[in-house]
Amino acid sequence: MSDNNFKTHISVQNLNVHYGKNHILKNINIDIPDKKLTAIIGPSGCGKTTLLKSFNRLLDTSQSPMVTGKVVVNGENIFDPKVEITHLRKKMGLLSQRPYPLPMSIYDNVAYGPKIHGLRGKKNIDEIVEHYLRKASLWEEVKDRLHTPAVRLSIGQQQRLCMARGLAVEPDIILGDEPTSALDPHSTQSIEAMFNSLKENYTIIVVTHILRQARRIADYIMFMYMGELIEHGPAEQILDDPKEKMTKEYIQGIIS
Amino acid sequence: METKSKVSYYRVNKNRYAKNGMMVLTILACSLIVLIVVGLTIRSAPILFSRPLSELLFSTEWKPFKGQFGFAPFIVGTFAVTGVAVVIAVPLCLLTAIYLSEYASSRVTRFVNPFIDVLSGIPSIIFGVWGILLVVPFISKYIAPLFNVSSNGYTVLAGGLVLSIMIFPIIINVLLEVFKTVPNEMKDASLSLGATKWQTVKKVLLKRALPGVIAAFVLGLSRAFGETMAVLMVTGNVSKLPKSLMDPTYTLPSLIANNYGEMLSIPMYDSALLLASLILLMIILFFNIISRIILVKIERNYQ
Ligand SMILES: Nc1ncnc2c1ncn2[C@@H]1O[C@H](COP(=O)(O)OP(=O)(O)O)[C@@H](O)[C@H]1O
Ligand SMILES: [Mg+2]
Repeated sequence: MSDNNFKTHISVQNLNVHYGKNHILKNINIDIPDKKLTAIIGPSGCGKTTLLKSFNRLLDTSQSPMVTGKVVVNGENIFDPKVEITHLRKKMGLLSQRPYPLPMSIYDNVAYGPKIHGLRGKKNIDEIVEHYLRKASLWEEVKDRLHTPAVRLSIGQQQRLCMARGLAVEPDIILGDEPTSALDPHSTQSIEAMFNSLKENYTIIVVTHILRQARRIADYIMFMYMGELIEHGPAEQILDDPKEKMTKEYIQGIIS
Repeated sequence: METKSKVSYYRVNKNRYAKNGMMVLTILACSLIVLIVVGLTIRSAPILFSRPLSELLFSTEWKPFKGQFGFAPFIVGTFAVTGVAVVIAVPLCLLTAIYLSEYASSRVTRFVNPFIDVLSGIPSIIFGVWGILLVVPFISKYIAPLFNVSSNGYTVLAGGLVLSIMIFPIIINVLLEVFKTVPNEMKDASLSLGATKWQTVKKVLLKRALPGVIAAFVLGLSRAFGETMAVLMVTGNVSKLPKSLMDPTYTLPSLIANNYGEMLSIPMYDSALLLASLILLMIILFFNIISRIILVKIERNYQ
């Protein structure tokens, strides 16, 4: 497949984010490919989380960030006041740095989203819960204790539960903010495997600071530094043949 | 080498003295409650042994001159006034705290917080005066006619209203602290599934914070049970069983405050007032123990 021959799912245009006087994201422009896994790499503090959270408009509202520019998803600018924010977020599942199960049972965690969006009927909900727990390869481990509190699961299981919970609202985009950074190697592997199988049907954007992980899972990579998008392109090109000096130095471990 | 070990012995000993000293202080503080209970029991023993407990607790006849000491009007009065206060305070405090922690911008909270702190620092006598000037006449003029009763306004309702305002700040402040313990990421998880803020508040924030919410209200309740001055000023202090919110009433703390030190020539009167203190203390202890049991139960279910 040639480099620029992809369909765009999310188009970021002149995106700027300020917290007070701090210019956090500086004029970001990028078209994020549809049904591929895009990894955001860059040193910590460079604005990866901020960029990810601006996609589902979860920026810290108490600090009232100033956002200018556009993020166009399915032809619609998400910052348009007419956009219904709950619909926007329903389209994007989020995996955070550490898993945060909701304070309820395993079953209710998965059922939470569908119920909020109006799904009724025990049979329907049972089906959904089983379906998505299987999809997150958690079903076998928890099917006998669905009604116990989710916090009793191991961290790795919790992250897979969060995945099931996110998939259950039928998003078409999955956002992950260093979703494996708190996990053991085995759980990391299972989350990565999940990403690899999900990218046929979902557009996935994953923040990672582990280059080897980017190599394992990414189709497309964007490299950020100090709030700027320095370079982006197909994974092999960025990792093996970066055009920018800064990207090269980051990949070689000279800057971090 | 030698000096080194000497120095470290000194540090170790210092640590040990500090630890033991603090332990003694802690034990002293804890034994204080035991001492109070023992002291009150000894002093109320004369009346406790002279009459059956059921008569003391359930009789409504309070005629010290005739030697009749029925505490029922005061116990009922205390519960009635406190109950009204909590019923008013719970929803209002919850909504206020939810607004301040989840909805209000930081500019609003910065503006509102000092008001809550000032409210909590106002002496109760001021609330009493405010009650007499505003709440009592308001009840007498507007609320009582609504129910087709005539009242001078000195009622259970007046006591409950004034008391609810007094326990507002403590409950709100504790609730705000409790809500702070719910991680933002957990709320974000709910929001990112497309839940509205209100759904997130109901299903995540309140659920996760439930033990703390209960603790906040028990704290308010304990405070309300013992509150004296303001209540004494607006409830009319009539030692009769109140039949409605529009009746005057007399609470245990008011009884003690109004009478202790006076009329000690009446036999058993002094002992009766100390028994009133003991009953009050028992009520408060009882609620604290119950709330602890509830907290443990909840924590076992959710965590
Ligand atoms: N709520 C906030 N208020 C103020 N500054 C923030 C806030 N969130 C993030 N920042 C700042 O934005 C910058 C980028 O943060 P972040 O997006 O979390 O970086 P990354 O995820 O790449 O480590 C950091 O300098 C951080 O201090
Ligand atoms: Mg980050």
